[in-house]
Amino acid sequence: MSTTEPAIALSGLRKTFGAVEAVAGIDLEIADGEFFSMLGPSGSGKTTVLRMIAGFELPTAGTVWLSGRDVTRQAPYERDVNTVFQDYALFPHLSVLENVEYGLKVRKVARRERRARAEAALESVRLPGFGGRKPSAMSGGQRQRVALARALVNRPRVLLLDEPLGALDLKLREQMQVELKQIQRDVGITFVFVTHDQDEALTMSDRVAVFDSGRIAQVGTPEEVYEHPATPFVAGFVGTSNLLRGDAARQLIGREGTFSVRPEKIELTEGAGNGTVAEVIYAGPVTRFVVDLDAGARMVVVEQNRRTGKSTLSQMRGKRVQLTWQDEHVIEIGVNHAS
Amino acid sequence: MSFLHRHPRLRLAALLSAPMLWLVVAYLGALAVLLVSAFWAVNGFTGEVVREFTLQNFRTIVTEEVYRNVTLRSLGVAVAVTVICVLLALPMAFYMAKVASPRARGWLVIAILTPLWASYLVKAYAWRVLLANDGPLDSLIGTPGYGLVAVVIVLSYLWLPYMILPIYAGLERLPDSMLEASADLGARAGRTFRGVVLPILVPSIFAGSIFTFSLSLGDYITVQIVGGKTQLIGNLVYANVGAANNLPFAAAIACIPVLIMVIYLTAVRRSGALEEL
Repeated sequence: MSTTEPAIALSGLRKTFGAVEAVAGIDLEIADGEFFSMLGPSGSGKTTVLRMIAGFELPTAGTVWLSGRDVTRQAPYERDVNTVFQDYALFPHLSVLENVEYGLKVRKVARRERRARAEAALESVRLPGFGGRKPSAMSGGQRQRVALARALVNRPRVLLLDEPLGALDLKLREQMQVELKQIQRDVGITFVFVTHDQDEALTMSDRVAVFDSGRIAQVGTPEEVYEHPATPFVAGFVGTSNLLRGDAARQLIGREGTFSVRPEKIELTEGAGNGTVAEVIYAGPVTRFVVDLDAGARMVVVEQNRRTGKSTLSQMRGKRVQLTWQDEHVIEIGVNHAS
Repeated sequence: MSFLHRHPRLRLAALLSAPMLWLVVAYLGALAVLLVSAFWAVNGFTGEVVREFTLQNFRTIVTEEVYRNVTLRSLGVAVAVTVICVLLALPMAFYMAKVASPRARGWLVIAILTPLWASYLVKAYAWRVLLANDGPLDSLIGTPGYGLVAVVIVLSYLWLPYMILPIYAGLERLPDSMLEASADLGARAGRTFRGVVLPILVPSIFAGSIFTFSLSLGDYITVQIVGGKTQLIGNLVYANVGAANNLPFAAAIACIPVLIMVIYLTAVRRSGALEEL
């Protein structure tokens, strides 16, 4: 890490709601200009951490630093961060342009500059000429972009995004993923992106933090997190885990420990073998086979549907198959090979 | 059943005929009778209603100063009551909708609804006792005594729930993220209130004001109980129906608040506030 202050630093961050410990001690540094994702199931504490960075929640314990400044006790309006909300939270009584201008108006930016910057922001999210509309007259994807423009126009040091793509349909989601990444590269500010969608986190981020019950289970590049999960939870949440432990590990790997092989790394051949096909799921470009190994583990195998006319797919159920994989694709969980 | 299913117009007619009948006969009918009889007169000797068209009643109302004064006074009371109710209801509704715990919220809603179940007369007389010279209020902070101020105070108390409830409902619909977004964009609480909460609540406030305004404009009982010598439009109507036995003139006076309400509702409609309800 370089000598400059991290954009965000969290230390010993905890938050309890009554008897529930939502965030159970988080230490984290996010570098300037990084696209950082917080990935985890609902209730894992990722949104609460985001809300503490924004200032909507006061931590029960711990400290939040923004660019080296302790902001733990500061109000949201005193922090140099802006948020894109899950429900967008656009002001219904204001036009799109007035929505985007809001932050500048509050900070008393002169009218002409305000207008120019708001229009430029709308252009950067590819909504030029939409300023006069009311948010209610726009589609979900358009509102999402207005929310983005409304946050970006203030040129914050950090942009926080709380599951911003959650309400969009799949096609639009994929399109917005690419656009968000592009916008982040253009403006060059730190993005902190909360999501429960592993694909989203893996495709967009420079680094990912995987949240598990109020703690960070692992922080790393998407590749590190996917190829070398630190815990069984990470292996299971990011991709399909295919865990081998106990007897199955001894028989198939030949060692004690917990191991995982990703579904796309496994070769499946018909004939007398080491397992039985329990389920076949056709999914367009790929087919998923669920195989019960004789050694006592259930594995998922993903195969590209390159061989069309393998008309007997459904007849595969119950067939004996041989699963093989290369040693280098066996992940020993809890051992980080990368660093 | 399938017959009605295949004839949607008939289905609609069956559904709406009863309420339409009620609306047209009982509601609009009564208003029509009021309007028509306002143009009749009373025979000065026999006291019988003369069913002949005349503008005399309205001429009297426009030309005699006392009616203009009473109208302006009633209007002033209605505006004052509405403003006081808005000022009291905003923080109370905000506390209920955004600050209080769900449990406390339930109790607060009950606390606001229960007074509506108590008799209007009992509440008005309770205030008569409170406001009396040497009464409880007098010994604590002093009393304005019976009169116009007392009328405004008691009416504000009586109609406050009708203002709190629509504002509370409006705030319930306002997502918390809207307030957070405003703070996130640099606005302090006061700025958020003026820039976001208040504009979004305008339809709710208008809805509440229609209650407080029209109920105040037509009230005559509270005025009799705590108003001292004060007279409002309602009292003039009451006096002309009873003591003066001049039903046509009472009807003509009753047209004043109807006219005021029509003007008010048109203005509200023009402002566009009702479209966002």
